[in-house]
Amino acid sequence: MTDRISRRTLLKAGAAAATTFGFSLEPARAAAKHLKIAHTTQTQSICPYCAVGCSVILHTLGDKAHNVKSSVVHVEGDPNSPVNRGTLCPKGISLKQFIVNERRLTKPRYRAPGATEFAEIEWDEAISKMARRIKDSRDQGFEERDDQGRMVNRLDNVAIIGGCTDTNEINYLISKFRFALGVLTYENQARL
Amino acid sequence: MTNGWTDVRNADVVLIMGGNPAENHPVGFRFAMQAKKNRKAKLVCVDPRFTRTAAVSDKYVQMRSGSDIAFLGGLIHHSLETGQYHEEYVREHTNASFLVDDEFGFEDGLFSGWDSEAGKYDKSSWGYQKDGRGYARIDKTLENPRSVFQLLRRHYSRYTPEAVANICGCSAEEFTEAAKIVCSTGVAGRSGTILYALGWTQHSHSVQLIHTAAMLQLLLGNVGMPGGGINAQRGHSNIQGATDMGAWDKLPGYLNAPRADWRTLAEYNRGTSPQALRPDSLNYWSNTPKFMTSLLKAYYGANAKRENDFGYGYMPKHAEGANHGWGYLFDKMYAGDVSGLIAFGMNPVANGPNSKKMIAALGKLDWLIVAENFETETAAFWDAKKLAGEYYPSAVDPSEIQTEVFLLPAACFAEKDGAFVNSSRWLQWKSAAADPPGEALPDQEIVARLFLEVRRLYEEEAGANPEPVLSMQWPYGNQVRPDLAEVAKEINGRQVATGDQVSGFGELKDDGSTLCGNWLYSGSYTEDGNQMARRGQNDSTGLGLYADWAWSWPANRRVLYNRASADADGKPWDATRAPIQWRDGRYVGDVPDYKADAPPDANGAFIMLPEGVARLYAPGLVEGPFPEHYEPAESPVENALHPAVSSNPTAIRFNSDADSLGDAAEYPYVAVTYRLTEHYHYWTKHVASSSTLQSTFFVEISQDLAEEEGLKAGDQIRVSSARGHAEGPVLITKRMRKLTVSGKPVFQVGLPIHWGFLGRVKGPLVNNLTPSVMDPNSGTPEYKGFLVKLEKL
Repeated sequence: MTDRISRRTLLKAGAAAATTFGFSLEPARAAAKHLKIAHTTQTQSICPYCAVGCSVILHTLGDKAHNVKSSVVHVEGDPNSPVNRGTLCPKGISLKQFIVNERRLTKPRYRAPGATEFAEIEWDEAISKMARRIKDSRDQGFEERDDQGRMVNRLDNVAIIGGCTDTNEINYLISKFRFALGVLTYENQARL
Repeated sequence: MTNGWTDVRNADVVLIMGGNPAENHPVGFRFAMQAKKNRKAKLVCVDPRFTRTAAVSDKYVQMRSGSDIAFLGGLIHHSLETGQYHEEYVREHTNASFLVDDEFGFEDGLFSGWDSEAGKYDKSSWGYQKDGRGYARIDKTLENPRSVFQLLRRHYSRYTPEAVANICGCSAEEFTEAAKIVCSTGVAGRSGTILYALGWTQHSHSVQLIHTAAMLQLLLGNVGMPGGGINAQRGHSNIQGATDMGAWDKLPGYLNAPRADWRTLAEYNRGTSPQALRPDSLNYWSNTPKFMTSLLKAYYGANAKRENDFGYGYMPKHAEGANHGWGYLFDKMYAGDVSGLIAFGMNPVANGPNSKKMIAALGKLDWLIVAENFETETAAFWDAKKLAGEYYPSAVDPSEIQTEVFLLPAACFAEKDGAFVNSSRWLQWKSAAADPPGEALPDQEIVARLFLEVRRLYEEEAGANPEPVLSMQWPYGNQVRPDLAEVAKEINGRQVATGDQVSGFGELKDDGSTLCGNWLYSGSYTEDGNQMARRGQNDSTGLGLYADWAWSWPANRRVLYNRASADADGKPWDATRAPIQWRDGRYVGDVPDYKADAPPDANGAFIMLPEGVARLYAPGLVEGPFPEHYEPAESPVENALHPAVSSNPTAIRFNSDADSLGDAAEYPYVAVTYRLTEHYHYWTKHVASSSTLQSTFFVEISQDLAEEEGLKAGDQIRVSSARGHAEGPVLITKRMRKLTVSGKPVFQVGLPIHWGFLGRVKGPLVNNLTPSVMDPNSGTPEYKGFLVKLEKL
């Protein structure tokens, strides 16, 4: 991919352009040393809010080496996008607060029947429990033939909803999951 | 959108109705402002509130929520009566010339074929008159009294400025001033666009509402033109993509979901591929068998063989006449007939109608799986009594709720690759920038692990027909965390024998030699690479189409129906704004919405429709071929056009004990929900800046209503409907005023959404109040124009 540009290369290009206007570059260089985005990696992304589809540049620190978690330190509008040309709305400009947020879920939780609170659960145990529930419901509700004897291979006691803030590829994988099970009811935010 | 955000700058007139882009799509709204600044375009805003969009418009008309069809019907009437319509466009590119069955009619609010016992129409009288070859008969003079054009004129003759004023609550004069501006585009050389949003889609007659807008744009010759079209702004980053990938009734690419009476693939193909209605109709959907077979090959791979109908038998088939849409799902769940629900990033307690019913319904599930970035009201529904008992008096103790809940931490957008489709239909690729926090996983891994584990269980144990589970392909290098680029390639499609990516849907076959996960996206990831990640700045037409930026469905076409931007011989209506031109045996400009090498007179301009032309008259819709003004399910007045048939007779209604409707005697005010510019749906109540800027739910009313109710700014009030209530301070503004409707005073109440019982800031869910009454075509609930009352606390 060509979407990772070093911040320094960009600053150098900007500096070259600036000299043609006869400015002194020393103050700018000195300031750049202290910018929080001076050593960031930039990644191109799309705002997850409304459907205008503004391009955003996500600045991260952390080199993705083993055991190093990269984290977003700044979000800005992408000036190359013909949609937003670097601009963002009041929600888009605060995306960093959405991504890096102490309220984010970080651990699977499980609420047993009748329980008054969630308990933490390991992924493996959660996956195995959920798969068991799905299979049990399918085994119980699956209809191979309808009352006229026609092959229908359908499941009407399990439903799947969502997908309007997921990517096409994930929605496509969900469609495979849905048809593997035979789920009839698959709905998303577009209905609402 | 038929066009796209960057194209709005080409408009001469921008009609903004059912949306408030200045506040809710501010970055997209720049293009309307560019049109105003650079082209002297006129902005017309019609809305129940004087929004910030209204503030920068050239003409603003305040109207009553739920009366949009009357307003648009009035515009159609104005266009036809004043001759401000594009006659040649209408004759060549619409079904105005088609002759309709002699039995078709309309009287006292009902079209012919109404079956009052069944509560639905027998549509057999709505068809076209046919000749011996099965083609529709036409009269290009448009004078035949059974022509669509003459029937249209007659139908909208009732929608006079006075009738509009009486229904909408505006004055006839202000309606006419707006109509003159909007209809000024009904000539070659002028383009007008329409921007709308959920103010149009959230009604019990929303599809007909948007059909009315499409009819108006066709009469004005604005469809297919740069600066024209019908443009849904849409409210979520990939709501367009989710729609493209199917719902209960659709497969990916808008293919129909299989139905029980289509027992074989041949029967499916016959049942879903339309027959051409004119000899020159290209009738593109006749290619359905190629798209369907390629989809089945993508799903079932080597298990899809000619001998087994390419695996068609594995697909679930719904019953004839069944509806598995949102309202039916939750009604069935409320009745205790659903075992499990999986919600990927969706929060029905907050965003479904009638939250009380949603909460009660979830409590009847055996299990619920929620994958989310934050804990949502849906994940915590079982604790509603403790978290928001004041709003849910019937909520029970958690000890009485047996639903098992799995709440899974999911990666957010910044932590995943993949494509979002914006409302311009542009597929824009994004790259993962950071790791998800803690143990959160990307959704592809959550889906994959669930699928693989269920499949393992069916491999190892007996159970209900395992074949559909075991036949589904999962051909990814990393089974547990599929590479989304690999998935995107499968969606694009390839040759089965060579593995070469197809370059577009024209290469798809119905013989099993190609596979394709969504024909509409074919061309998005070709042998030349990921087209969705393109960042070219080139704008060769100068129209802001940006053909080298990202990739637009279908076929990288930027303006849908662009063949209609020229006359029958291919001469552009406006040479300065021609998206395509026929030169030396091919089209230059945008990707033509036409056969690429066919001369302009070869086929009708609307290749996706069996008519070959656009539909002013649409016999496929549930409540009639022409849109008619119906009142909302709850309304302060009777329908002024036909009191006996006041609201949409075919609207979806539910009869559970949670589904009561109110009347104007008890609930006198018209409520409309809306978004604030500082917030995004129900997400940003978790974000510091948004929840600081707008921390509190409020109820917006006019000074007139404040006087009527004796309320002062900041008074705490309760706003209630027949379903539930919300409480907060009152905000008294000049953005709304008392309207006079059918001679009666009518007041409106504005309810911003965005709060709930979880978040950095909390507040009532506005959907406590909304009804589960839905449009019969789309299944969308009526969040605009329901009835409420106010009480001071």
